[in-house]
Amino acid sequence: MELLIAIAVMALGAVVLGAALGYASIKFKVEGDPIVEKVDAILPQTQCGQCGFPGCKPYAEAIVKGEAEINQCPPGGDEGVRKLADLLGKEYKPLSAEHGEEKPKAVAVIREETCIGCTLCIQACPVDAIVGAAKQMHTVVESLCTGCELCLKPCPVECIDMVPVPETLDTWKWKYPVIEIKPAEGRKAA
Amino acid sequence: MAHYLFLLIGAVLVNNVVLVKILGLCPFMGVSKKLETAYGMGAATTFVLTLATGASFIIDHYLLIPFGLEYLRTLSFIVTIAAIVQLTEMVIAKTSPMLQQVLGIYLPLITTNCAVLGVPLINISHSYGFMESLLFGAGSAIGFSLVLVLFAGIRERVDGAEVPLPFKGAAIAMVTAGLMSLAFMGFAGLDRY
Amino acid sequence: MLQKLFKFKGGVKPAYNKHQSVGTPIATAPLPSRLVIPLHQSIGGTPQPVVAVGDKVLKGQLIGAADGWISAAVHASTSGTVTDIGPYLVPHPSGLSIDCVVIEPDGEERWIERQPLDYRAMAPEAVRTYLQQSGVVGLGGAVFPSHAKLTPSRDVPMEELVINGAECEPWITCDDLIMRERAAEIVSGIGLFRDLLQPKRVLIGIEDNKPEAVAAMKAAVQTAGEPFEVLAVPTLYPAGGAKQLIRVLTGKEIPAAKRSTDLGVQCFNVATAWTAWRAVAHGEPVINRIVTLTGNAGKPRNWEVLIGTPMDQLLPLAEPAPDTDGVIMGGPMMGFLIPAPDVPVIKATNCLIAHSPTLFPPKPPEMPCIRCGECARACPQELQPFELYWWSRARNFGKTQEYSLFDCIECGCCSYVCPAHIPLVQYFRFSKSEIWAREKDKKMAEGAKDRFEFKQYREEREKAEKAEKLAKAAAAQAAKKAAEAAAAAGSEASPAPPADDPEAAKKAAIAAAMARAKAQRAAVQPRNTDSVSPDQAEEIAAIDARRQQAGLEPPAPSPEPAPAAAPDGKEA
Repeated sequence: MELLIAIAVMALGAVVLGAALGYASIKFKVEGDPIVEKVDAILPQTQCGQCGFPGCKPYAEAIVKGEAEINQCPPGGDEGVRKLADLLGKEYKPLSAEHGEEKPKAVAVIREETCIGCTLCIQACPVDAIVGAAKQMHTVVESLCTGCELCLKPCPVECIDMVPVPETLDTWKWKYPVIEIKPAEGRKAA
Repeated sequence: MAHYLFLLIGAVLVNNVVLVKILGLCPFMGVSKKLETAYGMGAATTFVLTLATGASFIIDHYLLIPFGLEYLRTLSFIVTIAAIVQLTEMVIAKTSPMLQQVLGIYLPLITTNCAVLGVPLINISHSYGFMESLLFGAGSAIGFSLVLVLFAGIRERVDGAEVPLPFKGAAIAMVTAGLMSLAFMGFAGLDRY
Repeated sequence: MLQKLFKFKGGVKPAYNKHQSVGTPIATAPLPSRLVIPLHQSIGGTPQPVVAVGDKVLKGQLIGAADGWISAAVHASTSGTVTDIGPYLVPHPSGLSIDCVVIEPDGEERWIERQPLDYRAMAPEAVRTYLQQSGVVGLGGAVFPSHAKLTPSRDVPMEELVINGAECEPWITCDDLIMRERAAEIVSGIGLFRDLLQPKRVLIGIEDNKPEAVAAMKAAVQTAGEPFEVLAVPTLYPAGGAKQLIRVLTGKEIPAAKRSTDLGVQCFNVATAWTAWRAVAHGEPVINRIVTLTGNAGKPRNWEVLIGTPMDQLLPLAEPAPDTDGVIMGGPMMGFLIPAPDVPVIKATNCLIAHSPTLFPPKPPEMPCIRCGECARACPQELQPFELYWWSRARNFGKTQEYSLFDCIECGCCSYVCPAHIPLVQYFRFSKSEIWAREKDKKMAEGAKDRFEFKQYREEREKAEKAEKLAKAAAAQAAKKAAEAAAAAGSEASPAPPADDPEAAKKAAIAAAMARAKAQRAAVQPRNTDSVSPDQAEEIAAIDARRQQAGLEPPAPSPEPAPAAAPDGKEA
């Protein structure tokens, strides 16, 4: 008898709570996911697709859904992975080798004498950084290029090169002070 | 009145749920890397713990004891707390996106927080009344938030320090927590005057 | 008049070492064998070269035109031939090269046509543009284009104009000497600034370790009959920092993230006033400046040097001692070692100090910070350098900003007093440039995201437009068919109803006209069923029959609608 009462009480509790939760999940349904936005803000927006997703936003969505690892973004680099790990409370992992490696920032440059004006690279550029028209020479707007390399493959005459961005006075940074390690005076004498 | 005050202060400092009772260590270690997250977790825990002590008191007194089912306490408390947390999260997500931003990801963590289960059980074993239970719950939660924020502040600073490699990360955090625990032991004589 | 002076917190008193170079008057440095003039010598846009290799230039001729409002022109320092335009090493801590114009002097020093400017008769806007074209920039070290600073704020009335003659850094004496020797021209220049800004008061602040300069300026102000106040301020580094001098002279403290103009104060260096007056009164653009040569040198002295003079041709004038192992540009507190001995003198070069290990012994190794707070006591900006250091070292840049990193003026007081010999300013500079770089990256990422999203939107739109076009084409096809059908129907109904009443006749006329129009439209369309062989006709009929059977089409219209329509036209 006692056993039955126990089962009945627990079942009652389960039913009541379950009903409340079920009702709430319908009543208080929310659309959208603010975490995706936060993840997207960390990604470098090169839209290069090296992660295996068509752009940074889809990758962000995949990360939040747990369908992708956080270490698939070479342009974001090691620091990007660390930031993602921090935001999502996940363990830091080194960049996965299959998705490419971190490279110094480079921009695409079209060798203009070889360009045949096929517009294929213009269609490939995810951020509209290439200007030109059919049978007209194309050129890359350097300041808008994210260095995603998506224009390299479609070019039928292979006239696009990735050129590393040189350091200028505008982009030069003060370095982290390096402490020289020297033996202490006293110890040298001893 | 003084009784309630002592109960509250005792719960916050003397019987601190984390550092003296050693409950709820997972969020204490897990969400104390940054001050902001510690604030969020503290607020969320305070809210849920107070609610959970009230709810568990009602369940215990009006459901379990009348039917002689005291042995089902743990089970029924866990179920109740989990449901409350879920419900709170849904309500907050819908009604206040701002609060959701602050508390959002910490609320589900509380479901698996032993402090939230432990405090109602302590309440029962001390046979506190409803008001006392609520106060003890709130006090424990405030104590939890307090040490969480203190710990997060220390950890943020430790992040900038030159910690020897074997001590980096969790190890130095454990050492710090141990020292804090020792410090909180100093409150032990506070209520014996 | 007794003027109350104020104090700023902190500051240090390093050994001044000014006496070495003030004993002799300013001398003019000899013409070097070549001049390397960097195009980018001021804050803001990089001037574009307006000369080509091989061009003959005159002294004072424009070689780089200002690019944008925050930018100042660059001029040839002497007459000669442009031998190269390309990247050369410049005095910058980065050790990077920027575009420079190299001039081989012809030794004739032929000037461009110089004309004094009657600035009082000109609109202030024109005077500002003139100063920009003359390359007048702040010579105190920041090289901010002066014309931009001479634009009064629209919202805040200009209260005080502060002229900075404090020259607080050790070793440097170029401002001291220029005030002693050229006070009259400086005062005229200050008058020009006053006329452009219309402040209520003009305050000239000079540190009290330069009594000769104070006396000379006072005399010059009196001679000119100007109401400027020359004030000796207590000698305390960095009293010559703009914010500190403004604080001392006016008592105003510039809040974080605000500029002095927001409080109605503007600040200029004395040498800037001098160059501005040379530009206005003599038509001479900024092609030279006073440079202190001192340090580990036999004959420390101030020299009037052409901009672009390679430093290795200049320094021998001071006869540096043999153990000299480097050159510091600027003072020992804020200056830096030049990356190569032959870098040119630029507008920001106020002092060259021959460096030797005895004079500037290497710093002892960095020790751990013990949070003693000496740096906070010394900080003239009232910051907490030990906190900034802690977070900079941990690369926690968010925290450094919480502790107001960007209010740091990099004066070096904290590093100077630090008992642990921590290069604090280096850490702050590192943090600042990291934060700037990140901000830039973030902006780029946002732009890329916007463009990416727009591209996606555009592709969607184009797809939709294409689909719409296809749908329209299909609809047109359908309409054509319907028209044919209607025309055929019209021909069948062509016998006009009897014109009994005028109403009916009218209706009939309209219907007939509509049918005619339809027929005409149909007739224009090319048709492939017009002339068919009997075989083909049979085939078509068979197909139509099948279609009819399948219930795909209404009963087929007669195959020859056009001729049938003709009698209809005649009747009407």
